[in-house]
Amino acid sequence: MGIIEAILLTVVTAATPLVLAAIGELVTERAGVLNLGVEGMMIMGAVLAFAATQATGSPYVGILAGIGGGALFSLLFGFLTLTLVANQVATGLALTILGLGISGQIGEAYVGMSGTKLPPIAIPGLSEIPYLGPLLFKQDLIFYISIALVIGVNWFLFRSRAGLKIRAIGDNHASAHALGIGVIRTRYLAVLFGGACAGLAGAQLSLVYTPQWVENMSAGRGWIALALVVFASWRPWRVLAGGYLFGAVSISQLHAQALGLGIPSQFLSALPYIATVVVLVLISHNRRMTLINTPASLGKPFVPDR
Amino acid sequence: MRIELEKRPQASVLYAVLSPFIALVLTVIAGGIMFWLLGKDPVSALYSFFVEPLLDVWSLHEIAIKAAPLILIGVGLSICYRSNNWNIGAEGQFIMGAIAGSIVPVVFHEWHSPLVLPLMLIFGMVGGALYAAIPAFLKANLNTNEILSSLMLVYVAQFFLDWIVRGPWRSPEGYNFPVTRNFTPEAILPEILDSGRTNLGFVFAIVAALLIWFMMRYTLKGFEITVLGQSERAGRFAGFSSRRMIWFSMLLSGALAGLAGISEVSGNINKLQPIISPGYGFTAIIVAFLGRLNPLGIIAAGLFLALTYVGGEAVQLTLTVSDKVTRVFQGLLLFFVLSCDTLILYKIRLVFPGRTAAVGQGAVQGAVQGGAE
Repeated sequence: MGIIEAILLTVVTAATPLVLAAIGELVTERAGVLNLGVEGMMIMGAVLAFAATQATGSPYVGILAGIGGGALFSLLFGFLTLTLVANQVATGLALTILGLGISGQIGEAYVGMSGTKLPPIAIPGLSEIPYLGPLLFKQDLIFYISIALVIGVNWFLFRSRAGLKIRAIGDNHASAHALGIGVIRTRYLAVLFGGACAGLAGAQLSLVYTPQWVENMSAGRGWIALALVVFASWRPWRVLAGGYLFGAVSISQLHAQALGLGIPSQFLSALPYIATVVVLVLISHNRRMTLINTPASLGKPFVPDR
Repeated sequence: MRIELEKRPQASVLYAVLSPFIALVLTVIAGGIMFWLLGKDPVSALYSFFVEPLLDVWSLHEIAIKAAPLILIGVGLSICYRSNNWNIGAEGQFIMGAIAGSIVPVVFHEWHSPLVLPLMLIFGMVGGALYAAIPAFLKANLNTNEILSSLMLVYVAQFFLDWIVRGPWRSPEGYNFPVTRNFTPEAILPEILDSGRTNLGFVFAIVAALLIWFMMRYTLKGFEITVLGQSERAGRFAGFSSRRMIWFSMLLSGALAGLAGISEVSGNINKLQPIISPGYGFTAIIVAFLGRLNPLGIIAAGLFLALTYVGGEAVQLTLTVSDKVTRVFQGLLLFFVLSCDTLILYKIRLVFPGRTAAVGQGAVQGAVQGGAE
């Protein structure tokens, strides 16, 4: 395997958690709910996936634990914002703060332990293709799921009846409610989906990216995923493209550090975060386009009248 | 069972006062459960977490020291949140304020003058405000979401601080530790009481809270903040500019966070080091909400959250649980505060499916009878 392939492989690994968390949040936001707790759900997924893998020895159980943990944690957000109509921004922040706290508490026992890496699965035939094969068809399960999710969500949102309902709720919850669509119920499902995806993204961090538990190991990726949704103007394919772009930025930053270009390492480490801001600016400076793309009910509370 | 909300005709004054206290009680109960899950005796754990620090002069001073930055940042954030500007990057503004304020004592360490301290404080405020000006500019002129931009800048500030204390500002007398030189005595905020370490930063916090309280209550600016926050459209008709409000609220909260940063470094740490804050900028968000975005409430909330820091350190020693319990407590507290705030605007009803039908029928019968009469 050449050096280029090795680098591309690390880009894929760095991009997968971003794509996963962003695609989940995209569905949540399409339903009109702004869940800023992605970082918290992600880190919960990471610690639970690691703990379950340590307990059972199987990283696949770990994946399930990560998904379940993220989903359960998002339910807390759903209960507060959907049932109790609490402020979505503040509740999302609360989710992140709580997630960082609880994961640190649970993870205390696992600090410094070496983990089990999720094994790659080679797809017979396809993985033999030169260059592309090892990159795309000799990956771990979570990578395949991430690609499948992007395709699936794209189909679901724009080609299925349920997807149409979700978009209707996100754009005008009052009208959707008047049409008899269960706004709150649908939003709960969308929030749960977002939580499950964020949990899976966390599982990828502690089972694939760096198979161990480090406190705060999500390191702002949940927030970058949120920016990614804006960058993608709420379209699944662009999430995939954006995820890989950000993955490439964070990896090139690591390689630049290894090369020792004389630039202080801290400046290079800050690069992905600065890139996020720059990209956000580029994508949202056009007020009209932003207005057209953003789900119109995003972040607005809804209390059904009876 | 289903939970239904019924909007109150007007906001409940009773619950507006009660809700933070209900939230506190629920947090303490949840905290007890958490200690029990960790295999500790919940009563004695809660006692050493919440009560013991209050019985000791030393720890009372520690609470005041930790409350100062929380209150300073919290009152600034309350202005932002009231006017719908979601600055969540106060941690970064705190760090940048600390760095800017340290220019005088680190770079010009041979300059001795009573002007050192005032200059440091001004630099600190300017540094924090300038750093908050980035998301403000991006929001006001380029329509960029301030939540994400201000948060991303926190990471950038942390890396910047790390670089500056390991690189250009590393102390030549620091045995290669990543710290700047110790501040000279005239660069250190004086202590205000003979009994302990509480410094002038606490006074700044109280004064800032009182000034902001006065502004919100008695000045046109305060009214402008409230109106623009509740309805931007109504504010526009009144001739208020939401764009100017972005600048005002972000610069003000940035300056206060910067002041908190330099006060912490000058009064408490006495030098710069890679980590200067145990997450004050984020905890202050909780303080702002627990204080119901009211500066006087924020003083009380800041003291309480400072207690969770000190209590967390206490149980870490006595019960050998990790300091993470503090963050869990703080997260739980914000959750309970936000859910209890629902009680102010809504009545919460538990609806049981069996009984709803009966109630529904009764209502229909009543309507029919009413119509017949």
